[in-house]
Amino acid sequence: MSFARTAPKKGENYELRADLNSEYREKRKDAIKRVIANMTVGKDVSGLFPDVLKNMQTEDLEQKKLVYLYLMNYAKTQPELVILAVNTFVKDTGDSNPLVRALAIRTMGCLRAEKIIDYLCDPLQKCLRDENPYVRKTAALCVAKLYDLKPELVLDNGFLEQLQDMVSDSNPMVVANAVTALTDIHVAATSLPSTSEAEKAIFVITPATLSKLLVALNECSEWGRVAILTALARYKAQDDQESEHICERVMPQFQHVNGSVVLAAVKVIMIHMRHVRREELTKQLIRKMAPPLVTLLSSPPEVQWVALRNINLLLQKRSDILSNEMRVFFCKYNDPLYVKVEKLDIMVRLAGESNVDALLSELKEYASEVDVDFVRKSIKAIGQTAIKIDSAAERCVNVLLELIATRVSYVVQEAVVVMKDIFRKYPSTYEGVIPTLCANLDELDEPEAKASLIWIIGEYADKIENADELLGIFVDTFTEEAYPVQLQTLTAVVKLFLKKPDSAQGVVQKVLNTATKDCDSPDVRDRAYIYWRLLSTNPEAAKAVVLAHRPPITLPRTTVSAALLDELLGEISSLASVYHKPAETFIGRGRIGADAVPRRTAEDGDDELSTKKALQTVVAGQNAENLLDFDDAPADDGQPSGLAATTLTSTPAAQNLLAGTSSNPLDDLVSMFGAGGFMGGQGGAVPPLGNGFGGGGFGGSGMSGMSPIQSTPAPPVASPAKQQPSEDLLGLF
Amino acid sequence: MISAFFIFNQKGEVLISRLYRTDLKRSISDVFRIQVVSNSDVRSPIITLGSTSFFHVRTNNLYIMAVTKNNANAALVFEYLYRFISIAKSYFGKVDEESVKSNFVLIYELIDEILDFGYPQNSEIDTLKTYITTESIRVQPTAVEESSKITTQATGATSWRRPDVKYKKNEAFVDVIETVNLTMSAKGTILRADVDGHILMRAYLSGTPECKFGLNDKLVIDQSERGSSDAVELDDCQFHQCVRLNDFDSDRTISFIPPDGEFELMRYRSSNNVNLPLKVLPTVNEIGTSQVSYIVSVRTNFNPKLSATNVVLRIPTPLNTTSVDCKVPNGKAKYVPAENVIIWKIPRIQGGQECTLSGTAQLTATTHRQSWARPPIDVDFQVLMFTASGLLVRFLKVFEKSNYHSIKWVRYLTKASGGYQIRF
Repeated sequence: MSFARTAPKKGENYELRADLNSEYREKRKDAIKRVIANMTVGKDVSGLFPDVLKNMQTEDLEQKKLVYLYLMNYAKTQPELVILAVNTFVKDTGDSNPLVRALAIRTMGCLRAEKIIDYLCDPLQKCLRDENPYVRKTAALCVAKLYDLKPELVLDNGFLEQLQDMVSDSNPMVVANAVTALTDIHVAATSLPSTSEAEKAIFVITPATLSKLLVALNECSEWGRVAILTALARYKAQDDQESEHICERVMPQFQHVNGSVVLAAVKVIMIHMRHVRREELTKQLIRKMAPPLVTLLSSPPEVQWVALRNINLLLQKRSDILSNEMRVFFCKYNDPLYVKVEKLDIMVRLAGESNVDALLSELKEYASEVDVDFVRKSIKAIGQTAIKIDSAAERCVNVLLELIATRVSYVVQEAVVVMKDIFRKYPSTYEGVIPTLCANLDELDEPEAKASLIWIIGEYADKIENADELLGIFVDTFTEEAYPVQLQTLTAVVKLFLKKPDSAQGVVQKVLNTATKDCDSPDVRDRAYIYWRLLSTNPEAAKAVVLAHRPPITLPRTTVSAALLDELLGEISSLASVYHKPAETFIGRGRIGADAVPRRTAEDGDDELSTKKALQTVVAGQNAENLLDFDDAPADDGQPSGLAATTLTSTPAAQNLLAGTSSNPLDDLVSMFGAGGFMGGQGGAVPPLGNGFGGGGFGGSGMSGMSPIQSTPAPPVASPAKQQPSEDLLGLF
Repeated sequence: MISAFFIFNQKGEVLISRLYRTDLKRSISDVFRIQVVSNSDVRSPIITLGSTSFFHVRTNNLYIMAVTKNNANAALVFEYLYRFISIAKSYFGKVDEESVKSNFVLIYELIDEILDFGYPQNSEIDTLKTYITTESIRVQPTAVEESSKITTQATGATSWRRPDVKYKKNEAFVDVIETVNLTMSAKGTILRADVDGHILMRAYLSGTPECKFGLNDKLVIDQSERGSSDAVELDDCQFHQCVRLNDFDSDRTISFIPPDGEFELMRYRSSNNVNLPLKVLPTVNEIGTSQVSYIVSVRTNFNPKLSATNVVLRIPTPLNTTSVDCKVPNGKAKYVPAENVIIWKIPRIQGGQECTLSGTAQLTATTHRQSWARPPIDVDFQVLMFTASGLLVRFLKVFEKSNYHSIKWVRYLTKASGGYQIRF
């Protein structure tokens, strides 16, 4: 029978009321079902409260559940009437049937009406001591519900102590729910800023509790296991031996069929393994961890995705876990896109000399698929492979050339962007490719691809015969181009001039003129002015700055800082580990307040570490402002434009430093001009400038997302961009 | 943990809504409708807006969705959503809009039982069915004793089994079902071949039977123990919660007290020495821009006494195909324009045989010059009494106090569905 979608009639509630008060039991029950159906679709049936309430006292368990469901929904809006139900509830908690007792205590906890709470304590007290484990496990969770409503009542009635006793219960399900409730309360209490340290210590796991948890772990349900494992993850081991003991006891859980149990076990092991001294045990743990992780890839795609995001983190910490397993990450044609993208990233992480050929032929295959995003990411992965494995770079370049030959617009453009990074990493190695790239000049319509090609032309201006012609095309359309293209054109033309002064005199004049007079971007204008003065006052200094040697780029091993990585590994399978972001950035108030940061610092004790962490938190929190971007952000994160991953710095400290110098390039420029007056007198200042800026703006290698020293607006997901606001925020502390 | 649970239909109408915690309002469903249901380009199964995260999975045009407000355990939420689907399936068959609408009372009852305050509780189908039934239970004085039994079972160390099961005939059926995944390159090299195995058991055994389960003598489960090449090697295996993991960890014995009725005893994965039951050899040539010629051979690679059934090949054609002529010696082949594939269905092929499709696709002229992406050929099939991994059940021993005689049956099935792909 379907009551779910009856069309709204006039006076429907009137009819329902009549039926609810009918003398026939079946009619009343049908009416209740219709009320619930209306409630589900969002119709207001709160007016029927007293009529529904009359049907609460019944022998029919199903009807009772329906009435309770209704009560849970509307108790808040009808607090005076809920009182009428209290008697029945209290009576039910003393029923001879344990299912009825449990149902009553479960529902009472969900009513959430101030007036009924005071009546909850006595029955709860009774149910916590019930002889039936089903009632006890339900009551245990009810304590957490009560704490959520009125913490004082839980503390005053000694429910916390009772829960702590229940951790030693003989029934594993009761133990699991007691642990769950305590954890829930503990989390709620620690998130309140006002409570003192002593009050926060709600669920401290002692060595005695530990052994009980380890015993219950093997007996309780899968969900209970997750709860217990989560508690074990919080335990601070007394010594190495205890850590080893925990690892050994948790290891069998790798064989559990439920993926969340497996990941919870991985989490516990990753945490306690830090203290394991015995080399062979560590090896054994790592070896045993690999197969279950791979097995998670046979799960439904959503679970797979969570697993892949976590495998990505695990590999950043321990690259040896899955070293021989790259093939299992090959994408299936019908995998969802979010799974494919994660697999790509992991494949690059696992790439080595032995498997690079297989990887490249896969990537080439992917580059012919239909989804444009995935194709672009595959091409990017080819570039990352080239930068990661020196010996394979040539094979990567050949694959890229084959792809360029397809002449599919977005493939060509992405390949050009990737080639730019390969040139950066291996200067003067693949010059033979340049004519092919230049032949595709007309194909390019995306700023990033254009800017990349222009950078390449500028870089090899002395080797390309018609460089002036090629750059001339862009100079002619200068004002119509995007700013990153303008910046690159400017730099490339200056490079050309410095390398071939005779042929480029005209074009350099023209571009400097256009850029200083007709351009509305201050960045472009300022750069043009600097070049102009450099060139006119001291061409040698100009050479030192513009043609400076650039530091090499590498593929960073981690996408997050070491401290954050450790934090995230302690939260495996949580949302934070899926997003690779600290939880503070997306829960609570959405981001951590400025006052919260010093408090965190004080708590942690480890100053340097937590400051770094706090900084990162704040920065990420700023980004979390744009939470609407999250639609695609998780998949894109850490994969910014170009090979943004290939920043020239790998430590966050250095990044901050560099970001500091670049946070406001104008400041530096102003001071430079102000102090020096003219550059000629500043010969001594040139080398540090060359170092500071050489990688970026001035040196002309500053491709979007390639270097943190970047004055062009970088996409919000790019890691360099993330670092920039940190400088301003430092002032807060 | 989980703050709310919703089921939506394809239009984004709420079919089921249940709030578990106070940190949300019912209207949160509107946000999901706007962000996911009416968004054609959803690229992630989790969406976080502000501090609210939406987890969704799709089944038969329904969105099953959970909402959280904290740093939730993402794997657990998805496992829970899938568990809900499998419980619902076992209660009322297909899970679609119609069945959700007509069973909404039952669904509310179920989700209140398996999720309390946002934490998953007992979700063993067998146990749930003892106290949540499709017919309403009247509470009779005699039923109280029964309820105590149920509740003790639902929480106990063997929450999956009642102690008082009785059968006249004690039987146990074991089904070994292997799903083969294959990715073969255009050159014919195997890029990836592995087996996802499931051992399903239907136990109709009285009392509290203690079972021991044995697989091939030469079975290698740990990579470090590998050596002899003729052994069946499993990369990994997982067990139903009734199996004592500690025993397995220490001496590799699989011992357990089974639930009553059907359950999945074990899952495993194998990627070594996989016997591929079907070989597909495609030759696909683009003749100019107006034609594509196909010669696709299927060869069965197992004992002639066995046969592959329900073989379905999906052979992609270019998007601008107008018509396809093809000849097959066996089964039926048909061009399906809506999906851009030739579907070749073969009801049965014996082992050691080969059959070949030959055909030509006619193309219309197009203006865009992007070459055809050539998606892989996908093959589905079933082969009875064959395991691609070579795994065999050696014994299933049942010990029970009353020492009854029990009959055991074993079946093997190897199949492919969606993961057997040949590039060309």
